[in-house]
Amino acid sequence: MEWALLIEQTLNGIQFGMLLFLLAAGLTLTFGIMDLVNLAHGSMYMLGAFVGATIFLWSGSFILAILLAVPLVAGIGILVEISTLRTLYQRHHLDQVLATFGLILFFNELVQVVWPLDGLSVPFPDYLNFTVPLLLGIEYSVYRLMIIGAGIVVAIGMYILVAKTRLGMLIRAGAADRTMIYALGTNIRLLFTLVFGLGTALGALAGILMAPILGANSGMGEQIIIIAFVVIVIGGIGSVRGSLIAALITGLIDTLGRSFLDVLLAFFIPVNAAEAAAPAISSMLIYIFMTCVLFFKPQGLFGSQTR
Amino acid sequence: MRVLNSLQNRRTILAILVIGTCALAPIAAGILDQPYYINLFSRLMIWAIAAISLNLILGYGGMISFGHSLYLGIGAYTVGIFAYYDIYNFYLQLVTAVAVAAFIALIFGGISLRTRGVYFIMITMALTQMVYFLSISIEEYGSDDGLIIYDRSDFGTDLISMDNPVQRYYLIFLVMIACLYFSHRLIRSRFGYVIRGTKSNETRMEVLGYSTFRYRLVCFILAGVMCALGGVLSANVEKFVSPDIMHWTRSGELIFMVVLGGMASILGPVTGALVFWLLSEFFSRITEHWHLIFGPFLILVVLLSPRGIDGLLSIKRSGNE
Amino acid sequence: MKSKITLVIAMCLMLIAPNAFSATVKLGFVTTLSTPAAVIGNDMRDAVELALEHIGHKMGSVDVEVVYGDDEFNPQKGKQATERLVTQDKVDIVFGYIWSHVLLASATTVLDAGKILISANAGPSQLAGKGCHENFFNISWQNDQTPMAMGEVLNQRGVNSLYVIAPLYAAGKNMVAGVKRTYTGEIVGEDMTKWPDQIDWAAELSKVKAANPDGVFVFYPGKHGPAFIKQFQQSGLSGQVDLYTVFTVDSISLPRFQQAEMSGVLGSTMTQFWAPDLDNAANKKFVDAFKAKYGKYPSFYAAQSYDAVMYIKSAVEAVGGDMSNVDGLRAALENADFDSLRGEFSMGPNHFPIQNFYSREVVEDSDGVWTTSVRETVLEMHQDVYAGECSM
Repeated sequence: MEWALLIEQTLNGIQFGMLLFLLAAGLTLTFGIMDLVNLAHGSMYMLGAFVGATIFLWSGSFILAILLAVPLVAGIGILVEISTLRTLYQRHHLDQVLATFGLILFFNELVQVVWPLDGLSVPFPDYLNFTVPLLLGIEYSVYRLMIIGAGIVVAIGMYILVAKTRLGMLIRAGAADRTMIYALGTNIRLLFTLVFGLGTALGALAGILMAPILGANSGMGEQIIIIAFVVIVIGGIGSVRGSLIAALITGLIDTLGRSFLDVLLAFFIPVNAAEAAAPAISSMLIYIFMTCVLFFKPQGLFGSQTR
Repeated sequence: MRVLNSLQNRRTILAILVIGTCALAPIAAGILDQPYYINLFSRLMIWAIAAISLNLILGYGGMISFGHSLYLGIGAYTVGIFAYYDIYNFYLQLVTAVAVAAFIALIFGGISLRTRGVYFIMITMALTQMVYFLSISIEEYGSDDGLIIYDRSDFGTDLISMDNPVQRYYLIFLVMIACLYFSHRLIRSRFGYVIRGTKSNETRMEVLGYSTFRYRLVCFILAGVMCALGGVLSANVEKFVSPDIMHWTRSGELIFMVVLGGMASILGPVTGALVFWLLSEFFSRITEHWHLIFGPFLILVVLLSPRGIDGLLSIKRSGNE
Repeated sequence: MKSKITLVIAMCLMLIAPNAFSATVKLGFVTTLSTPAAVIGNDMRDAVELALEHIGHKMGSVDVEVVYGDDEFNPQKGKQATERLVTQDKVDIVFGYIWSHVLLASATTVLDAGKILISANAGPSQLAGKGCHENFFNISWQNDQTPMAMGEVLNQRGVNSLYVIAPLYAAGKNMVAGVKRTYTGEIVGEDMTKWPDQIDWAAELSKVKAANPDGVFVFYPGKHGPAFIKQFQQSGLSGQVDLYTVFTVDSISLPRFQQAEMSGVLGSTMTQFWAPDLDNAANKKFVDAFKAKYGKYPSFYAAQSYDAVMYIKSAVEAVGGDMSNVDGLRAALENADFDSLRGEFSMGPNHFPIQNFYSREVVEDSDGVWTTSVRETVLEMHQDVYAGECSM
């Protein structure tokens, strides 16, 4: 039975990791190429959830919700990029943190005005609302398996994009050494807008996929964006591969920590103390992990040395 | 030369305005019978003290700490935990707060100063988050409900009492002025020269034979201790401390105050804190959805005035030319 | 000459004195009016406005005015709002407060000023026990009481093994401690989750499945409630394990459950000191008027806020509108002689109510709207466990 639980928690961890990857991929690209610290990425995730939920509740089709909401939110993201963020690329990180923090405040308040204060509850699509038997008698949610699948598809897509296309070449060049792209003579503005739109689309997709599980709420962005930043810092800024690996590790550490830390601690300290300490320590686990990684590798796992 | 003078003049006028407002606020509040503003300005000056300390590392040292509210928490919790055991001696509370803040800053600075740029931002945030979760989980000290402090710090003399709002106010005011003077002297000392040097060109300073790591670490500790002073005062104003004081959004607000006032300007953090609090008071009275105005305002400040209010002063100068 | 001045002064005093006496009673109400948690605060404000309407904005012969303060779900902001009410608006009584930490932060401000403070929701153990105060009153309940009632329900229903999930913050810990006080079966697992960040309970639900208990006890207030229950149902646990909640399913979250068509929540059990269909005249009047005016069922937060206004009214009338008579107000509040929505109750020595707790079930009313209905009395005239620690 313990094995079954371990496998199930591993699946939960991978699912959480895939969600983090969807968010971190966009973040790490905008950071790596445009050198933009975009705290408002979480707002795009939140908008994705709200817009997707609204379309889903209105039309009844989850697929339609994805197909409409992703480009819609990506469009909003591009508007924000053109109107505000574009002028910040050359500026200090501090300015970017502040301006995008302002965006967070704005979008959080906006969804409270447009949608009900306490957000939206979203049903699961009927055809994904069941569990399947896996080995050892595990019954696992098909919906969560679907999220893992979506993460894998995006990861493969990103690999092809980065490794095989001209756009990917520019992305790689930019992530390795930002000054390079300015020397390549391409339309930098367009490239930046494209990359930003792509990142936003991935964030919005994450938002829609999570909406049936979490609902759509004002402020749901910050809760996850801090962890997404932890992920890209662990993975090394600009590295999509790093963010995938870091996202999976972070997802697993967090989930397995939450479920097994008390058992693990009980080997070292009395059971009572272990049960009291476990929830606090498991909340800190990913921060402890990040601190350890940065202590030994100040550029993250896959970071380039030029930064 | 005249231009420089006029900039200097504007700075002086602003300084007189800001310091004067703080110095006269209780008197004005007394005349207008608005005692509410005494505590409001007390809070504001505590934030200013925290922002002055952050400005030392952020403005002058280029170290963007996204976890500086930790030290406010240390100061406030020291008073709170002592009060929990019925110990109200101010000097004991103060010395302990300084010692704990210095020790934590030494450890955390030692870890985080190995990194640069955004990695530094993230690691300072992560370390503060850890302490935040720790404070939530300690039931003895109220966890997230926080600690009520039933009595304020005791100076052991009848001459001055924390319970008198006006005396308390001027004590905070004096501490703020002392912090301003200290940072003014520090920045113009050899130490300050090295710190500013590491911000603009670290390699050069190392070639010159300075151990930049040590200088940065000492600066980090000084900032932490100064901020903890603010925490001690905060606990005395609020008679309450909760983990909320260490939440990462508080650290973000501190950064905003520093940037709004103008980084690497002595008085900037105070101006920033003043304007920040007045604005949030003002906007929140207009509508409950005041973030809808405040968010875009933040963006506008960043876009239009990269160097904050202090920068605005010099922009006007170039307009005059 | 001197006598002339005295006369003038005396005349002035005569002019002022009756004015000062018939001046309006000012009350301060602190709640959350911004951030998503404002969904609770708005409900409370609606109830206060309804109560004022019902009493014609008068308590006895004096006019009454309520000034609202927004705590922004933040203890420091809550304290600041309280300070403004006390020192600037100069209110006579401060009441409201959803959150324990906001109440604890603000309490000293009101009590140091020698004024009366009444909590319309938060009931932290600190203020019920050692930290009780002669001028502090609670008109809702103490945190531990509701889960203690739930523990009794679990015993009665023969739930032999229980899994407990609650958020890792003070109220969450109180709820867990409360249920443990009365529940006699075996607790096979306990998870405290990060609050308010954690909104995905995949790991915890997997552990529940592995532990296979008879029941799950849950406390998730606000927006977390619907999210938890949806995930619970989707994980394949519903139907196999019974769900027992406190403060998780209420009139604020039920419309969201209904919107998401989560019919699994129908029939689930919770405990509370009040229910919309509790049978007494005052409650019927309140619920009908609230539904007519706002088009929705009142939440327990609303009921408590309405009750608080009536409670204050009884005290103001007892002192004939003389708000400087704090001793008289206090004595009247200790008597608690008014028609409460909860029916009979009395004020305990620590100024927390001694009252009944009922089990409630989620049902569909005749209009097809989901609401809760009272089933049976679980705890009769129950006093909180901290009252003994209070020496007043």
